[in-house]
Amino acid sequence: MKCHYCGQPATLHLTDIVAKTKRELHLCEGCAKEHYLVPEGPTPQLNLQALVQLIMGMPATADPAALTCPTCGLKYAAFRADGRLGCPDDYDAFRAALEPLLDRIHRGTRHQGKTPRAADRRAELTTLRDQLQTAVTAEKYEDAARLRDRIRQKEALG
Amino acid sequence: MNLDTLLPNLGEWLRGTGPDADVVVSTRIRLARNLAQFPFSGRATHHQKSEIETKVKDAVARAELDPHKPEYVSVAGMAPLDRQFLVERQLISRELATVLEGPRGVAFDTRESVSIMVNEEDHLRLQVMRSGMALDEAWAEIDRVDDAMESRLTYAFHDQFGYLTACPTNVGTGMRASVMLHLPALGITRQIEKVFKALQKINLVVRGLYGEGSRASGDLYQISNQVTLGRSEQRVLTEIREVIIMILQYERQARQVLVRERKQAEQDRVARAIGTLGSATMITSEETMELLSAVRLGIHLNLLDDLPPTTVNQLFIHTQAAHLQKLMGTPLDGEERNAARARYLRNKLRELGSHPR
Repeated sequence: MKCHYCGQPATLHLTDIVAKTKRELHLCEGCAKEHYLVPEGPTPQLNLQALVQLIMGMPATADPAALTCPTCGLKYAAFRADGRLGCPDDYDAFRAALEPLLDRIHRGTRHQGKTPRAADRRAELTTLRDQLQTAVTAEKYEDAARLRDRIRQKEALG
Repeated sequence: MNLDTLLPNLGEWLRGTGPDADVVVSTRIRLARNLAQFPFSGRATHHQKSEIETKVKDAVARAELDPHKPEYVSVAGMAPLDRQFLVERQLISRELATVLEGPRGVAFDTRESVSIMVNEEDHLRLQVMRSGMALDEAWAEIDRVDDAMESRLTYAFHDQFGYLTACPTNVGTGMRASVMLHLPALGITRQIEKVFKALQKINLVVRGLYGEGSRASGDLYQISNQVTLGRSEQRVLTEIREVIIMILQYERQARQVLVRERKQAEQDRVARAIGTLGSATMITSEETMELLSAVRLGIHLNLLDDLPPTTVNQLFIHTQAAHLQKLMGTPLDGEERNAARARYLRNKLRELGSHPR
């Protein structure tokens, strides 16, 4: 069972039955704490007020469960059930719901680090250098000069 | 490829010779990557998975990965024993071996340092392993492998979210760096819980030997990053490095305390471990791991003659279920395995003629 909020294994399972309607909520410890269900103190005791608020408040919040990815047809609710996305386009289709989730998991929503474009540029440079070599060997010095300038330009871009 | 040819080798992660090898068994970095234009493996049809497999196989064959060129093997058509064998060697995940279905496989090199899983949770799981503490070297190598693959494939990449993955816990860098530590002294002196509580606060995860959900046996722990979005690879590697250096210090201090304050008791524990390993007639893999942990510590505390650390690694891998069955050349059930394991250990230790000081 996965946590309703962050998709990690849930350790807290809440069920309430009102007028024969059953509602369930599964949470991990971290998210339970975040919603003040479990106090930080030494005795693990449920905060009933927070619990009631959380369950009563659930249907009122904007419901992203109905979102559907136009590319793969995955519904957001299905993603919440097993924690796996269907295709790369889900990140845009579910963006509004995913951003807060990603922020909770990673405490960040914007990628830092390696990008494929760096690799593209390296691959391009390799090709240009190969061509330069060929031009020099073939004594095509005008071509070589042009290639050299393009390589310098690309290298300057970092 | 005949997997049995790997049997006599230890593989990169058990070479036992890297930096800080007294505590750090191995370093591993993996990158999760997916091809644009395809659903993630979990929602891909058999046909699509087969297409992905072909594309990646082709990329591996043509990518500039010399001098250690990985070779692709399909896991789909593989015997269960061979799959388990690859799991034990840390070349594939349990999921790829036993849970997932359809076209899938792994490419790895003869050093068993680079492995590329295909159609795991993500289309590609690139992995580099190194003996000892070697985050920089492992990163340099996986970065190169990633570039080489990327020049032949179009990865799913998002301007804001980075490398896109099937599970949002991996999105961004797609990088999980983990360091496997042998921490017996922290266990004996009951400080280990304290260390791990401190780790959780800074978003690092502690797992057992065989990854997610596996329990720590033989005092072996894997420490890895949790965050993949919003922090660069370099920053995450620095955070892990700083923590590992701290844990190394604690473990070494705890070992010194053991030698200073209860040397005789430790000597006895190590001697009994060797004694049991060398004379038992039935032994489980779990007990073997516990005893080998004591022996490994004994070697580093100089309580034991004649036994190089690599021998412990060899006994460790060869007594795992699939390895044992390959060595014996016959399938064995649980009881038979325990007897075969004990026989193997008895013979090996007699050969080595090892005895406590």
